[in-house]
Amino acid sequence: MKSFTYERASTAEAAAQAAAKNSGAKFIAGGTNLLDLMKLEIETPQHLIDVNGIGLDRIEATPEGGLRIGALVRNTDLAANETVRRDYGLLSRALVAGASGQLRNKATTAGNLLQRTRCPYFYDPNQPCNKRQAGSGCSAIGGVTRQLGVIGTSDACIATHPSDMAVAMRALDAEVETVKSDGSTRSIPIANFHRLPGDTPHVETALEDGEFITAVVLPKPVGGKHIYRKVRDRASYAFALVSIAAVIQADGRGRVAVGGVAPRPWRVEEADAELTKGARATSGILLDGARPTDDNRFKIDLVERTLGAVIAEAKG
Amino acid sequence: MQFDTPATTNPIDRMKVVGKPIHRIDGQLKTTGRAKYAYEWHDADIAYAYGYPVGSAIAKGRITSMDTSAAKAAPGVLAVVTTLDVGDLKKGQFNTANLFGGSQIQHYHQAVAVVVAETFEQARSAASLIKVDYAEEKGFFDLEVAAEKAVKPDESQEPDSAVGDFDAAFRTAPVTLDARYATPDQSHAMMEPHASIAAWNGDEVTLWTSSQMIDWWRGDFAQTLGIEKDKVHLMSPFIGGGFGGKLFLRVDAVLAAFGAKACGRPVKVALPRPFIANNTTHRPATLQRIRIGAQRDGKITAIGHESWSGNLPDGSLETAVMQTRLLYAGENRMTAMRLAALDLPEGNAMRAPGEAPGLMALEIAIDEMAEKLGIDPIEFRIINDTQVDPENPERPFSHRDLIGCLKLGAERFGWDSRKAPATRREGNWMIGLGVAAAFRNNLVLPSGARVRLGSDGIVTVETDMTDIGTGSYTIIAQTAAEMMGVDVDRVAVQLGDSRFPVSAGSGGQFGANSSTSGVYAACIKLREAVARKLGFNSADVIFEDGNVRSGNRTVPLAEAAGVDGLVGEDTMTWGDLTETHQQSTFGGHFVEVGVDVVTGETRIFRMLAVCAAGRILNPITARSQMIGAMTMGVGGALLEELSVDTRRGFFVNHDLAGYEIPVHADIPHQEVIFLDETDPYSSPMKAKGVGELGLCGVAAAIANAIYNATGVRVRDYPITLDKLIGGLPDVA
Ligand SMILES: Cc1cc2nc3c(=O)[nH]c(=O)nc-3n(C[C@H](O)[C@H](O)[C@H](O)COP(=O)(O)OP(=O)(O)OC[C@H]3O[C@@H](n4cnc5c(N)ncnc54)[C@H](O)[C@@H]3O)c2cc1C
Ligand code: SF4
Repeated sequence: MKSFTYERASTAEAAAQAAAKNSGAKFIAGGTNLLDLMKLEIETPQHLIDVNGIGLDRIEATPEGGLRIGALVRNTDLAANETVRRDYGLLSRALVAGASGQLRNKATTAGNLLQRTRCPYFYDPNQPCNKRQAGSGCSAIGGVTRQLGVIGTSDACIATHPSDMAVAMRALDAEVETVKSDGSTRSIPIANFHRLPGDTPHVETALEDGEFITAVVLPKPVGGKHIYRKVRDRASYAFALVSIAAVIQADGRGRVAVGGVAPRPWRVEEADAELTKGARATSGILLDGARPTDDNRFKIDLVERTLGAVIAEAKG
Repeated sequence: MQFDTPATTNPIDRMKVVGKPIHRIDGQLKTTGRAKYAYEWHDADIAYAYGYPVGSAIAKGRITSMDTSAAKAAPGVLAVVTTLDVGDLKKGQFNTANLFGGSQIQHYHQAVAVVVAETFEQARSAASLIKVDYAEEKGFFDLEVAAEKAVKPDESQEPDSAVGDFDAAFRTAPVTLDARYATPDQSHAMMEPHASIAAWNGDEVTLWTSSQMIDWWRGDFAQTLGIEKDKVHLMSPFIGGGFGGKLFLRVDAVLAAFGAKACGRPVKVALPRPFIANNTTHRPATLQRIRIGAQRDGKITAIGHESWSGNLPDGSLETAVMQTRLLYAGENRMTAMRLAALDLPEGNAMRAPGEAPGLMALEIAIDEMAEKLGIDPIEFRIINDTQVDPENPERPFSHRDLIGCLKLGAERFGWDSRKAPATRREGNWMIGLGVAAAFRNNLVLPSGARVRLGSDGIVTVETDMTDIGTGSYTIIAQTAAEMMGVDVDRVAVQLGDSRFPVSAGSGGQFGANSSTSGVYAACIKLREAVARKLGFNSADVIFEDGNVRSGNRTVPLAEAAGVDGLVGEDTMTWGDLTETHQQSTFGGHFVEVGVDVVTGETRIFRMLAVCAAGRILNPITARSQMIGAMTMGVGGALLEELSVDTRRGFFVNHDLAGYEIPVHADIPHQEVIFLDETDPYSSPMKAKGVGELGLCGVAAAIANAIYNATGVRVRDYPITLDKLIGGLPDVA
């Protein structure tokens, strides 16, 4: 870990300003991802802005009938919130499928969205990695890739985004609210929030330098059955090989997002339209153009099978 | 004392303390955080410095230059010692890979430097500033490719074995199986990483470390540093797991010693988690071929087992065929092992070396063969049971009750409810039952102890035996209590200190039986000293209830000890009973699994182990060993694999997020039954080991249960869902 300077911010605006003032600064929320990466010197911020004191830890109704989730709401609190459990069960289920109780107590809404990939080569500073060090090459391609992505990847990077929560948020059409250092705010649809790697896998989101997430907003509830199915090698405390987040209505229509397969929570709106025709048709469109490796080709089949079970469960 | 004739009645047979379910005597120290592990030794008056290691970034080659200037100039740095600075060092007797010293790189994450600083954080930060230039060389990292050039190892290792005419018998057998199996590289992944503190005093060094084998470490530590063994004082009273990963000297000790010398202060070094996979040892992967021929009545006529594993030059085999030489009858037999040259980190012993991967293959093969024959797999094993060493029928087993284990297990587990493969469904679960035999030899090593009787009547045992979480403290206390006729709370046990008599140490499931036998021998000496002191005829003296009795004279032990106390010291050595009699431990593992018909995820529903392992010294600690081992078996069956990057030559998943071992949610109801038995050939304790038996066969029982559930036979571990999914019913 490199030495760094440290300050506590008291408001979101102050946090964004502090970030603008210190090049190489990072916000620290729960720290459950950032500190691990700092210890390995994968992240080497010169300045840390602790945002745990700024509030933004409430879950409130929006005038539109939706829900505004403060950036600092802990994963445990979000999963346990009564409104979330009643109207956005998908989100609650995705959250509790992730990490462990201890981690969820610390992890925040914004931090979870911004957690970085679990590609093992990204975690080993001796290995070339375009995401860790732009232009150094990708050592995963041609190596051990069972956990890595099958779609949306590029020749520069085949890593996945590991979040469970984000997959549910993608299915729920969440929006990410931010404030920039000049005090301006904006709202980014989650579909545009995580970027595909292309030639620049180190650029992971639509956020600008120093831009601070204040909240995630959910539109008003859409009803239907909320199912989150996470498939993994062990029963708990493991990242998804594949996960399916689906909201399915009584008439069989709905929406679906997939985790564990792509550099971002994977959703293809045209595939939603196929849900009534079944899993094969839906996953055919969802994963059209997939480029799996020999080690992770099974994910294609696994998505289709798991989606089939999710659709059956929704009917049942 | 030499143990060379079978045990007759002795004080242990009273079983007043031995064999009783006594909770760990060190349990409270551990649950309250007062048990000090290596890194935690801390004397407020000592200014410890902190060392952080640097590992090689390449798998094979040579260091051409190192630049340490930035690290040396970094805040708080006291010293930097590089592998070039210390030059070539003499390798420890038990080490295969060089731990430190010289420019040659033999494997990834081999230690190339240690940075010592005022704080841990400063040392870690400065460590990343060291620049190393390498001349990389081509290495061989892929066992499947290297196996083609594998060779017969030299005579120091296990030779091939052959009895009868295997080829002819196999060719003519009416029912045959010829199948290939694969087991992956596995990491010990113990909770406490390797850690040491070294403190020099002149030319003497004290090392607090985490070691299973005090005397082996002491010798190899001295040899590596080029000093006399008697200049080394080594302490390792508490160990946070080892599983074989702490049998042999590791580099944390060496780096701490060099760091401490360089900065003139005691230095602490712990290996960072990623080093556990690539810097230390691991269980080597195997490729195995098993051929079995049988008559239609199920009698095996030919059995052959071959195994290929890899290692660095001078490295050892993974002895995966050994159990096949002993477990089942059959007149025509062969085994062979071949060693491939690999430039991966050193392969070496991990819990039940040989048998664990060997049974992973053999016990699937037996299941497959039983199915071909149309015979229940338990019945097939019973038909082929043997009471003698099948390669040498003059040599009987000392005691063998595999059949008893299998029969009792079948009854308790409800084996008769097992259905044909892929026929039992509950919702999305395909459910199956599996069985496998457990088998592991009973090894014994010389083991010494010193037992003191104080004027307060307290019995204190001193031995360099280690407790790696197994319960050594407790069973040693029970042994001394039984021998001296006192309650267990009148016994103090001190372990893991090189000033104490050399013991067997912990490994190969030899620890419990060997070390308690050493304590037995020392107690015999102490009993003689007590009798002598009191003028009793030692033959008819009885030690009971804190007293010594002879005829109608009874003296409290404390009084007998006198103000100066009394001491007995001895080492148990072993005659040829392990040669005249095959001594082994046996068991049956029963498993029920569910496989999700959609995803192929396997979840364990129930596990039962029935064991025949001689006298059980303490049913609580023995059960803990069993359920821990069964849990490890679940990992071996379903999860554990060090993934090799065959281009870059290293284990990629080198942390506990990537190397998955079971968590609580993976482990269901576990039951353990020990058959009530003794083995007088094993030792005066009449006990054998259980610590490795519990792992042996578990993975195969799970594999067989998965087959029974799904009809899909997977022969390469771990059995992850991607290997099943193609064979599961269409669900779309
Ligand atoms: C062992 C382990 C297992 C895990 N398993 C899972 C799992 O199964 N599923 C899963 O989904 N996750 C899993 N996680 C990841 C976990 O969910 C994340 O670490 C956590 O959500 C991160 O939140 P945090 O608040 O701690 O973020 P931090 O570590 O504090 O920050 C993460 C990043 O977000 C930035 N950041 C934080 N807040 C803001 C803000 N308001 N605006 C702008 N930037 C911000 C930080 O600068 C940093 O770059 C696991 C983690 C661990 C360690
Ligand atoms: S896949 Fe992406 S994260 Fe992984 S090594 Fe390649 S560039 Fe780095």
